[in-house]
Amino acid sequence: MDTVPPQLSAGPRPAPGPAADEGLARRLRALACTAPLHDLDARKANLAGEYSVYGMAEVALAAIDLVTLNMDFDTGADHEQIVSRLIPRIAAQAPQRPTAEHERVARWVLENLINVGSVDRGFRAVYGTFAPDGSYVRRDYDFKLIEEVPGYGGAVYLRTTDEAVNVLVGALDTDVTSAQIAAEVKLEVLINRGRLADAQLAAEQARYRTVQYSETLRRALEATRRNVRAVDWLNAVPDMIAEALDHVADRYRHENAILTNIRRARDESEDPEHKRRAAELVDIVKDCIRRHTQLQSRLLEAGPLFRAEQDRQAFAAPAARAGLDLYGQLVAPVLPLPLEQALRVTDAYFARGTGLRTPVSVRVADLVDILLTPPMEREHLGAEMPEPDLIATPDDSRFSEEQLASAMELLDLPSDAPRRLSGLLAEARRRDPDLPYLVALLAVHAASPPVGTAYRQGEQKLLFAVDDGTELDDPEFGGADLIVGTALLDAAGMAADRTEAA
Amino acid sequence: MTDDHADGTAWGEPDPVAAPAGAKAAVTPADAADAARLVAFGLQPKLGPARDQEYAELLRRYRDDPPFARLADAVAAGLGLVVLEVSPRAGMAVTAAEDSVFAVRMGDYARRASADAGDRFLHGLAHLAVAAMAFPRPEDLADDAYIGRVTVNGVDAFVRQACRRLEERAAEQGENTDPASDAPGLEAAWRIWARRSATGATKDARRLAGSTTGIVGKAVAFLTDSGFLQRTGDDSGGTYRTTARYQLQVRDMAGGAAMAELLELGIVPVSDGTASLLPPEDSDDLELVADAGLPFHS
Repeated sequence: MDTVPPQLSAGPRPAPGPAADEGLARRLRALACTAPLHDLDARKANLAGEYSVYGMAEVALAAIDLVTLNMDFDTGADHEQIVSRLIPRIAAQAPQRPTAEHERVARWVLENLINVGSVDRGFRAVYGTFAPDGSYVRRDYDFKLIEEVPGYGGAVYLRTTDEAVNVLVGALDTDVTSAQIAAEVKLEVLINRGRLADAQLAAEQARYRTVQYSETLRRALEATRRNVRAVDWLNAVPDMIAEALDHVADRYRHENAILTNIRRARDESEDPEHKRRAAELVDIVKDCIRRHTQLQSRLLEAGPLFRAEQDRQAFAAPAARAGLDLYGQLVAPVLPLPLEQALRVTDAYFARGTGLRTPVSVRVADLVDILLTPPMEREHLGAEMPEPDLIATPDDSRFSEEQLASAMELLDLPSDAPRRLSGLLAEARRRDPDLPYLVALLAVHAASPPVGTAYRQGEQKLLFAVDDGTELDDPEFGGADLIVGTALLDAAGMAADRTEAA
Repeated sequence: MTDDHADGTAWGEPDPVAAPAGAKAAVTPADAADAARLVAFGLQPKLGPARDQEYAELLRRYRDDPPFARLADAVAAGLGLVVLEVSPRAGMAVTAAEDSVFAVRMGDYARRASADAGDRFLHGLAHLAVAAMAFPRPEDLADDAYIGRVTVNGVDAFVRQACRRLEERAAEQGENTDPASDAPGLEAAWRIWARRSATGATKDARRLAGSTTGIVGKAVAFLTDSGFLQRTGDDSGGTYRTTARYQLQVRDMAGGAAMAELLELGIVPVSDGTASLLPPEDSDDLELVADAGLPFHS
């Protein structure tokens, strides 16, 4: 007998079995996802220069945060934008260092999160598990934190992977849908009890979940778009869309309710700190709603697209002979095979599917000619530009620059002392008989001040005019005697708002 | 007799009368030169018969003059070429036989591929996926009038989606697909594609050659040079449409060869894997399998 009898003396099995091991494997993978962040702090000493002041793991987490929040439905986050938004945090870590160094740190962290150095642009961790037969197997776990995806017009965008979102949110190995619902229930409870600080944290988590959820749906829609036959158009897809629409409606209602609650909290709260937090919370929930609306419009587009594809593919005349189903009979069966076997199939396809190439042969005579030909002189400067013939255009402005400067000086009022238009006109008339027209014009413009523009451009102050019903008594002008004044704007606050909104 | 013969050729009835006449007449060097010239046209796959009068003339002669056709076939065979079709739409569609000097070798195609089995697989799969995307349904591959359209990003996304399905299925079944560290050859093929990044930023704004879109981009550019695809635009990483030659090549050469290899591995396609992807039109698939002569009964 060749067979070896069972080795009873081998002792107890070293592992409790694959079922118990699976949880361990999952946690090991989760742990592996955090390794690249720790690694950043460990490796910063190797950089040329003194970089130990920077908290690299912190910068990395902030980067993952930024990419996740800026990931749009269609593309992803822009590389340069992420770098520029990271810089303030890095600058805060070492304010005395030059900006160029801050930027270098931002790029270094981002490149390491993508892991530019490896051909897969990903990370690999090795861990061990016990196979069902009790043997110990070392396995490779490949993962990415930030991946680069193609966007519109060949640009490259950044996306955070599910692994990264899970590490970031801290809820490892959870179901997307249920985690979202849990996060929102928690938020509601917190708001009802008036605990806004915790509520903000929960709202941010809800937003991460929202992004993750729309990402899942985007992938499903993308697949259905590609091939009508690749999906169950009869049941599964309409069900999926209906479910997703229900989900959006549900979340929309839910988040609107939350929004109403927080708005009330914001308006009723006395504590300015509470007010500010509630206002931030409003923004976050609004962003959630915006993302849901975006998702909904995508869902509504899917139906007509299906019908058009269905028309094109299903109602054509049937072909005389049956062909080979390239996907179903070749691609699909090859993908699950082990690499060694799959290679035989793809090699066979490659050998016969690439066509022919006529071999290149070189004659020695040609070679000599080619080697002795001097390189082409390239024109660096291009053709000579003709001297432009300029004609001075007559200055036909109604008012001169000096007049404008004078009017602006007149209207440069202190913020606490607004003036009547009648007084301004009289003063203007003393300086220049034409000036009152300009002043009146500017005052009328100020009746509808360009608030939006001032907000976007971060102006410090803004000229405004108000009609309080007083009649204007003036030899040249009629209408209301406007009160003209200057409003001071909170430029710093607006700038912060703008970054938040973007 | 001679009158009959003259009438026959004048009216363009080749078979019954002209063939014996041609067999009697010896092949002249000029005929051989013309036959070789036709094969030479076939070796320029981007050249269409519509754009060259001499090419169109030789194609007409191939159709109307069987001895000349046999001569041209013999020239092609002697050069190590396989004639796929000779027609006004495809021209003299020839392709390289195995071990011919005209055959494309993976080592020349991509240098890294000869050293790294994973890269070799990715390049091969990219070509297979481009064909699968260009002819998504069996009817499309069979229909001579069908023109397929592919985009680089589309091909990558489609393979990724297939990989994702396999990943999800493995996760559902609780399988651990992470490969053993000491046996990379046993890693599931889909994981290699899924693991490779889709794109990447480079210093000179070109596509990252090692990324999957870079690999697909190389494949479509190569197929364009082979006269199999025509570039139509720059959207989604480049859009292309197929030519008649590509359909012939995939249908008559590559598809069958890959299928044979797959069958040799003991895998009979159309299994539960396919059903998950083509659910409603099961009847079509069964018919197709019967016609293809596969040993398959559900």
